[in-house]
Amino acid sequence: MKEELLKRMVKGPDGVEFEVEPLRDYYCEAGPTVQTPAYTAIIEKLFNWARSESIWILGFGTGCGAIEMRPLMTPRFDAYRYGIQWRPTPRQANLFVISGYLSTKTLKRVIRSYEQMQSPKYVVGLGSCTINGGMYWDSYNTIKRLDDYLPVDLYIAGCMPRPEALLAGFEDLKKLIRAGKAEGANQYAENFEWYKANQKSVIHDWDMPDYNW
Amino acid sequence: MKIPWALLTLFIVINYGLLMTALVQKIGARVGRRHGIPIWQNYIDLLKNYGLRTSITHGVMFYLGPVFRLSGGVGLLLFVPSIYGSEMFSNFSFAGDLILALYFVFFGTLGMALGAAESGHPYAAIGITRGLSQMTAAELPFALAVFAVALQYQTLSVTDIVAAQQGSILNWTLFTNPFAVAAAMLSFLGSMMRPPFDVVLAPQEVPIGPPTEYHSSFLALMQTNRVLFPVAKIVIYMNLFFGGAANWPVFFLKVFLIYMVSAFVGVVFPRFRVEQSIRWFLIWAVPLGIIAVVRV
Repeated sequence: MKEELLKRMVKGPDGVEFEVEPLRDYYCEAGPTVQTPAYTAIIEKLFNWARSESIWILGFGTGCGAIEMRPLMTPRFDAYRYGIQWRPTPRQANLFVISGYLSTKTLKRVIRSYEQMQSPKYVVGLGSCTINGGMYWDSYNTIKRLDDYLPVDLYIAGCMPRPEALLAGFEDLKKLIRAGKAEGANQYAENFEWYKANQKSVIHDWDMPDYNW
Repeated sequence: MKIPWALLTLFIVINYGLLMTALVQKIGARVGRRHGIPIWQNYIDLLKNYGLRTSITHGVMFYLGPVFRLSGGVGLLLFVPSIYGSEMFSNFSFAGDLILALYFVFFGTLGMALGAAESGHPYAAIGITRGLSQMTAAELPFALAVFAVALQYQTLSVTDIVAAQQGSILNWTLFTNPFAVAAAMLSFLGSMMRPPFDVVLAPQEVPIGPPTEYHSSFLALMQTNRVLFPVAKIVIYMNLFFGGAANWPVFFLKVFLIYMVSAFVGVVFPRFRVEQSIRWFLIWAVPLGIIAVVRV
């Protein structure tokens, strides 16, 4: 545990001493809960359609695959015409594209970002590295199966998949969302203990609460 | 009987704003040789954000921030006449509505500052600091232009100012008081959140500015305001400087053309830093406003 995360006494500018417990004061302790579709079927269908046609990707590149996302914003591929946009903050994003190999150091940040996203949220594994480690299959500091750590909705295989493959993958993701099959956030909440155990087994300097909402 | 008509105005303007901002975004994309978003994308984004299943809050002001922001836009729209000479669409305009409108222009930003500050995110604080500094500098020439116009027509009622500009295109403030219009249009560029003055939001960069922590319905409220507020602000400009609108088609056309001024400038010029934009407003726009006031 880092020193700045330990419980301590702090003296304020007005001379009053008070206790700070960063893990409790700066984070929420409530874990994730399963969010059932709260509306009648027809409204849930409408929402699922809207979710599929308005996919906001978190601007977070984890590996070499991030370079394949850039052409999607440019005139050649222009993903905006399919309702796909990039957001700089996890709060507003719905889709997390794990773009390539994922080192355990990055995994920690990925978990924090993923947990800050609002439900329903989707994860797409891009490239072979997210499926079985790919060319990093024997690396000591990358994870091999992304599905052990986060609920993956869709894989786009290849090393590297071209931007066209990404566009095709996003179209497949849209079909999953419209069919109501992209319930990764609920899967994460249901199997929370299992995911946490897996995450902690590779992240040795775990210095954050179990859930970061 | 005024309230249903005012709600109808709101409905028309929000739908128009949703479509028009998407159209302007498409035009901006075409400049970059892209196709851009579908014209109905704004509706889907709104629906999606209202339909998210979870949301978290950081406190009371975090709730109220988007509410204040939206009420700034709605208030601005509802207290000035949308259609000149129409009993139905004159909204709640009254003798001193120009002063109230000036206040509402700034109101949303202040509410947003309180809400974003409560979110506790450092990027929100950076965005708010940038936003308030730039807004203050940009409001200065606009306020001077409004004073010049009020002095010129000897009234604080928007309806009377529109009435004084009727008859010929040469009666518009654009031709009778060009310095005031020039100062106000330069200020207009600063308040539209488009380049070169969009460093407040810095879209697609690491800090998105004030709305960093906002999501789901909070963000949807702010998006509603993002399409409503520019139109409401342009209605003021149209009434003060460009002769108002006597019916809805003229309204739609004039609002679109005035909006396109900021879009044209935006696609041509790169982004200013905050200190550059403040200096720019003080050097180029404020003197024009002072000349306008002095000349009247």
